[in-house]
This record gives sequence, structure tokens and C-alpha cells, in this order.
Amino acid sequence: MSTVVETREAVTEEIDLSKVDSLIEPYLGKKEMVIPALQKVQDHFGYLPRPAVERVSKQMRIPLSRIYGVATFYAQFKMKPRGRYIIRVCKGTACHIQGSPKIAERIEDILSIESGETTDDLRFTLEEVACIGACALAPVIMINENPHGRLTPDKVKDILDSYQ
Amino acid sequence: MSAIELTIDGKKIEVEPGTTILEAARQLGIDIPTFCYDPELPSNGACRICVVEVEKARALVASCVAPAGSDMVVHTASERVINARRAILSLLVANHPLDCITCEKTGECKLQDYCYRYGVADSEFSGEVKELSDDDSNAFFVRDMNKCILCGICVGKCQDVIGAGAIDFTKRGFVANVGPAFEDSIEDSTCVFCGLCIDSCPVGALIPKYSLGKGRPWEITKTRAVCPYCSIGCNVNLHVKANEVIGVTPVETNPVNRGHLCIKGKFGWDYLKSGDRLTRPLIKSNGVFLEVSWEEALALIADNIDEVKTRYGSDAIMGLCSPKTTNEESYLFQKLIRSLGTNNVDSYTRHCHAPAVDGMMEAFGSAAMTNSIEELSDTGAILVVAADPAESHPVISYRVREAVRNGAQLIVADPEPIGLTDLAQHYLPLYEGSAVALVNAMAYIIIEEGLQDQAFIDKRTEGYAAFKAAVSKYSIQDAAEVTGIGEEELRSAARAYAGAEKAAIISTVGANYSAAGGGLVLALANLALLTGNLGKESAGLYLPYGENNLQGVSDMGALPAVLSGYQLVKEKAVRDKFSRSWKTEINQNAGLSAAEVFTSGENSAIKALYILDENPVTCIGEENVETVQFLANLDFLIVQDIFMTETAALADVILPAAAFAEQEGTYTNTERRVQLTRQAVNPPGEAFPGWAIIAELAGWLGFEWIYDGPSDVFDEMTSLTPQYAGMSYERLKTRGLQWPCPSEDHPGTAVLYEGRFSRGLGLFTVVDDQTAVPSRTEISVSSAAAYHACQCQSDSMSKRSVINNFKRDSGR
Repeated sequence: MSTVVETREAVTEEIDLSKVDSLIEPYLGKKEMVIPALQKVQDHFGYLPRPAVERVSKQMRIPLSRIYGVATFYAQFKMKPRGRYIIRVCKGTACHIQGSPKIAERIEDILSIESGETTDDLRFTLEEVACIGACALAPVIMINENPHGRLTPDKVKDILDSYQ
Repeated sequence: MSAIELTIDGKKIEVEPGTTILEAARQLGIDIPTFCYDPELPSNGACRICVVEVEKARALVASCVAPAGSDMVVHTASERVINARRAILSLLVANHPLDCITCEKTGECKLQDYCYRYGVADSEFSGEVKELSDDDSNAFFVRDMNKCILCGICVGKCQDVIGAGAIDFTKRGFVANVGPAFEDSIEDSTCVFCGLCIDSCPVGALIPKYSLGKGRPWEITKTRAVCPYCSIGCNVNLHVKANEVIGVTPVETNPVNRGHLCIKGKFGWDYLKSGDRLTRPLIKSNGVFLEVSWEEALALIADNIDEVKTRYGSDAIMGLCSPKTTNEESYLFQKLIRSLGTNNVDSYTRHCHAPAVDGMMEAFGSAAMTNSIEELSDTGAILVVAADPAESHPVISYRVREAVRNGAQLIVADPEPIGLTDLAQHYLPLYEGSAVALVNAMAYIIIEEGLQDQAFIDKRTEGYAAFKAAVSKYSIQDAAEVTGIGEEELRSAARAYAGAEKAAIISTVGANYSAAGGGLVLALANLALLTGNLGKESAGLYLPYGENNLQGVSDMGALPAVLSGYQLVKEKAVRDKFSRSWKTEINQNAGLSAAEVFTSGENSAIKALYILDENPVTCIGEENVETVQFLANLDFLIVQDIFMTETAALADVILPAAAFAEQEGTYTNTERRVQLTRQAVNPPGEAFPGWAIIAELAGWLGFEWIYDGPSDVFDEMTSLTPQYAGMSYERLKTRGLQWPCPSEDHPGTAVLYEGRFSRGLGLFTVVDDQTAVPSRTEISVSSAAAYHACQCQSDSMSKRSVINNFKRDSGR
């Protein structure tokens, strides 16, 4: 039991619905557990694919609109696939003064995406965060768990190239 | 607890504990503005427009959620309150298109009204505004979410009251919106187009397409009528401008639909303006219909009827009535046919609903819904078998939802999920055709566990011993095997039904012409008898009929063996009573039934046939070859209808009739409630109300009938019909009356069989044939047209309406 979903123009992904069933099995008949159920599904797929959400709706007997309402209310739930590497550009005061807007701009130029978006090859997702608490390194970005500090726009390309 | 006394705007009032300040103020006639408050939904105090000042309280409080307290002193219109309301309005207006000049809602928009009241002409705030495009995807309404103020009433109605679950809040913050999942269009959602969101929207975000540009609220007159589709008989306000119906809203103050409708009532009336409407009498001449005057048509009918009567005798004449006609029309119709000397008058009422009618006759001695629709909301348990009320009778499903919100147990037994499955604590996906086995197994468990109502059984029923022996023949393991439902599920369902103080059963299996459904009706009657769930409020058997006046047309005696009120033709005293009133002799022999006549082909004894608003050629979905053959062999066929139907095309004379909005009269709904429907517009062309046509024709046939209007006809009928004896148009005006209503001071009868069944004792019947019953899915296939949410039995109305566009499978 599976269905193919088009996530990006070129990328299709198999959504294994029987996997969804087993993930949410503990929550069946417990409509108030919809958030943990969605978390399990997202943990598995990295985001909430539509066929998986539809499956949750059917199995938990909760209207799709209601689940979508919950999923889009909380920032933790992602409705689109995310990249293998999550770039978090710090927009804190110290980084801002040290030129983080220019860093973000350069990343956007190189990857041809805007903040909040994911590259077509699912390599990078670009996000802005309020402060990552490494002001001494300003301007700083994080890629997954790795901080890259004291950046200039010119250093960005090599750093991105090191994540394949 | 004692009452609470408080003071609002200087006026003292006593209220029950738990009453909110808003409700208390409304009792005093003080109008506090609200956006997100709706009496049907839980209040959440979200919009804050209802804030009031309570002395000694630190902040303003939202009156819709704040309970009234003892000795509270409340000010609903102090300067502080008004400033707060202005600020709220100003914030709303900052992000709301101010195109009131062209907005359809102008004149009945809460935002506009409150801005007017508090003098908010423009916003003091400026910022980003929403720029969403309209959802114009469907045939019924436009959604302009730029106008939405996020009050959430439509969400509550859609999710909780209707159960469609098509829309909810999405996202949050500035981009928060209301809509279907994944930003789909409404057309692609689970929307059922009941229109309740439109009716409850305080602003102009949701606008029905039928009224676009048609008129302003102050140009519209509203006329109260009864929906012409199903047997629930919802009350509607017809919005009329310049002799044209341009909109429909539900009546909120009647017990039947209480402000709710389904797609049929909300959108299905536009057939009134169909180009297929008959507007002049037609006579067939050399195979072609010619428009003629009424005189010419009626004279021709009188000549032909006389000739058939002379050549073949009265019993060569027959009348076929439709369950869509008013009581007045069907009463006069059977009077006319009987005055011609024959009892050959019938309707498809029995044909389509024989299992329900026969089953209930056998068990109780009469056949009608035992309780009222509104009582469902207060029942403790509901068993739904072989029915999908959300599809066939949506208002019943709304009441079931309400009951569950009030704490009722819901048991749904159906092979496939139905519209109520999401709500059911007990969903039993039984095998096709095993419903009788399931119901018998529930009875077995109830007896085995001692949950039956023995006092009721002893005092009010007979046949229990044989019934008990019969259900005990099968073990639960047998039942589990036959039904596919495990023992634990069977037991918990049986306990839920039997354990409730009051439990109701809903099934539409009886509303089907398949004879096998009768076994299930009897099995369900047994279950109700076993648990004492008859003759009391919020219990009983709900077997809703199909057509809007099916109950009434039967009550009126449009049946071959009975006169109005089911008084038997064969009884001399009955005939004498009617003869005296009608000044004509009544034939003592029961007439022929439609079923036997329509299948008699070329050998039929019937030579002249008069059909009212019925389309037997395509009734129940497909063309009926036998019927066509029978009709073609008639000497003379009269069809009276609102459309040129397939049957009308075979007629010698066609008489153009008025539709529901074009005449006054009464309909009797499936809970035996007689309701007044009123005339909102004139019939098209030379069409006339059916009762008036029949009365006029009677004159041409030599009878001296004088009626000033339909109420005259009604009064004559009530004088001859015991169940209706206490009714009059005056008494029917607001809530209608449920029969039996034997005298003018009788309040009508909401619950049947209190103290006594029509046959004396309720009868248990052994229903052994466990597998002969068709499941709902088989039924839906066999008479599909009868149960679609957007259609009724003969789809002659719905197929000429916008509701024919409803894609019922979308998004499911």
C-alpha cells in the first residue's frame, strides 16, 4: 500500500501508507492525540506529505480540514519536504549589525531560493532564526548542527559546496 | 441553586445560575453586539465585541462567556465599553474591503451595522491587507475570504452541527484563514452545500450565487413555506422580489429544522423558473400538443370521462396521486375519483414504502414515525441500521450529532462508513445483508444479560415467548460469523442500546420497495419492544419516508381501500358519513392498486387515467417498459404536472399546475406534523394550484363543489378525518400540529403509543430469515435516485435545478 506524490517538479516520492498506519496505531480512537500522531508521521517522512495526512484523517476519523488546521497552526509541522541540510541564518542584533542580511542574500542568490524554501534537489532548506546564541561569532549561520561564524558573503559558496 | 440577581444598565433581573451576562441582557431586551457568539455553538469570547463593564472588575469582560454573578452591576454601553468596541471595529475594518456599495451583504451585515452604530467610518490603523482571490469553484456560492473576520461560526456549524468537516481555521497570525484542507477549493472539499455557513456568516464573505445582484434586503419580502423535497418538511423563508423567488433561508423558530437545511432546501428551488414549466393547458392532436384554453381542456376531459363511464362503467376510471401534492389537492383528488363512482385511486406511497408500512402495521397496528425529529437530540442511545441519514435526510443526521454532543451513544451498523461513522462510539461494519442477524443477536444478548424491560414486555406486548425462543436458537458465535462483528463489539453495542434510559432506532430500509426490507423493520420493532423504547419521549422507531407529503397523501385517502384517516371503504358507516358530506354515493368495493394496474399491460380494465404530479414512466430511476405499454393502451390519459415529463408526453391532455411556492396548502411530514405552506409568487402563465384545477374540473363533471380557498378544503377534510379533527390553518401557523389531534383544544401528539398501541398490545414477530435483507448499499443501487442528498424519488425537480451539479463523491 503506497502512493506516489509529486513533491517538486522533478522529484517524486513514495509515501508508504502502511507505515503511516503503524505509526499512528497507538492513537486510534483517541482524537485528542492528533498532535503526537502527526509528530510521528513527520519524524518518519521529514514533513507531512498530503497522502499521509489524508491517511491520518481517515484512520483517526478526524476531518481532513481539522488536521490541516492543526498542522498549519504549529510552526513545528512542515507541509513541504525539507532539505537534507537546514541552513539557519541568525537574524539577531549582533549578526544584523555585522551584516547577516548580506549573508542571507548571497545564500539566496547561490541556491535560487528564498527564506523558508527548499532547493529542488532537496539538498538545502533556508530558514531565518532570531538568535542562535553565538554572538561572538557574528555574523553566524548554522547548517544542521554545525556553526559557521565570522562570515563574509565571499566565504558562503565554499561552505555550501562542502555539503553535498 | 437559587436564582442570581444582577443589575444591567440600571435594570434588575433574576436569572438561573450559569446564565451569561449576554443572555441576561438579551432577556432584558438589551442588544449587545456579537460576532463570534452563536447559541448553537460553545462560546469562546474570541471577538471581544460583546465586552461590557462590570463594576469592581478590573478589565472589561466578554459578556458571551462571563457568567452573571450575584449583585453584579453591569454597564453595556458605557464610554469605556463603546471605546473598546470602536477599537475592535477599527481593527477589523483596517483589513476588510469597504466595498459596501456593491457588497451583497449591505443592509444585513453585522460589521456594517455596528460601524454605523458606533460611528466607525474608516480605520485609524493602516497596514497590510489580505489579497486573496475568490473561491468561485462551485455552482452554489462564492467565498471572498478577504471579507472574512474569522469569527469561526461557519467552522463550528460545518464541523459540529452539520458534520461535513469541510472547513476549519488554517495557519495563524496575519495569514490565518478559514477554508478547506490544503487550500483546496470548496468544490473539492467534503462540503455538502447545506448553506449553513452562508446563513450564519455575519459579513459578506459567503454569498449564494442565486442572489447575486438580484436585490437588497429591504426590497425583499419573506414568505414562509415548506420545502418540497424530502419528508422532513423543513420550513423555509422564500425571499421574493418582483414576483420572483431570489433566495431561501431556513426558518429558525420551528421545531423541524430549527434554522438548518440541506442542499435541497437551500439551493433546490430554482426549478420554479425552469424553461420546462408548463404554462398553458395542452391537448394532443394528431400526435402534437396544442395550447388550448382551460375551458377547452376541461370540456374535453369531461366528455371523455363521461364516455368511458358510459361505455365501460365507473371502475374503468382511475386516479394516480403523487406524494408531492398538498393535502388539499390529494383530498380533493380522491374525492373526485370516488365521486365518479370508483375507489380506483392510489399513489406510489405504499408501493415504495410497503416494508415500513406493513412492518409497523403488524407490530403496532398503525404505521408512522413513532416520535418527533426534535426529540432525537435528547435521546440516550441511537442505533442506525441500513440508513445514511446524512445523505437521505440530512436534518435527522444533524439531530443525531446534537444527541452525541449531549452525551448519547451512537451505534452505526453498515458495511460501509456512512456520514455519521466518524461520530459513532460503536461502528459495526457488518457483512452485506446480515442486518437482521445483527439485530437478533443484540436482542439475544439483551435477554441473556437481563437488560430487557420486563415490566414493559409483560404489560404492553405479546408474542415474547416465541420471539425469545427464536433468537435464542443462534449463539453469539453464530451471529459473529454471519455478521463479521466480534462478540465483544456485539455485546457493547447491545449494552449501549439497552442501557440507555431512552434509545431510538433510525433506518431507511423500510423506505424501499424491496419486500425483503420488511424483515428488518420487524426485527427493529422487536428490539424497541424488548427494551421498552416505545410510547415515550426520545425513543421509538424512526423510519423516515422519502417524499415530502407521502404521509399526508396516505392520510388523505389517496389509497384504494381507505378514505381519509384510513377509514375503510368497506364499512357502511364510513361510506354513509362521506356520502352525506359529499352528497354522492361511495362505491363499496375497494379499488385497484397502482401496482396491479400498471403491470396489467394490454389487459387492463382501466380506460381513463388521471395522473397528478407523478412520472411513473421513469419513477425509480429508469424507464419502465410495462408502464409505457399500459399507458399507451389507455383510451384517455390526463396528466397534471408542473413539467413536461416523460409521462406527460404520453397524455391526451396536460394541465399546468402550480409548484410549492406558488400555492397555499398543507403538507404532513414524516413525523405526522401537518404544516402550512404559503404562496410566495404567482404560478407561471396560466398554471393553477392543483386543488383549484380539480375543483374546477369537478364542476365540468357535474358536481357542485364550492371552495373559497384551500382552507375551505382543509376544513371539510378535518370534519371527516378524526386524526386531523382539531386542526385549522390558524392553529398550524407557527409549529404545525402532529396527528392524532382529535379536538380543537388538543395539542397534537408528539409520541405515539403512550399507554396503548393501535392494535392494543405490541406484537413480537419471529424474524428467522437472517440473510434475506438487502443492505443499504444494495438499496442505494436499486433506487439510487430516491436517496441522493440532492434528489428525491422522481428527480423531475432536482434535475432542473442547480443542485444537479452537486458532485457528491468529491473529496471523500
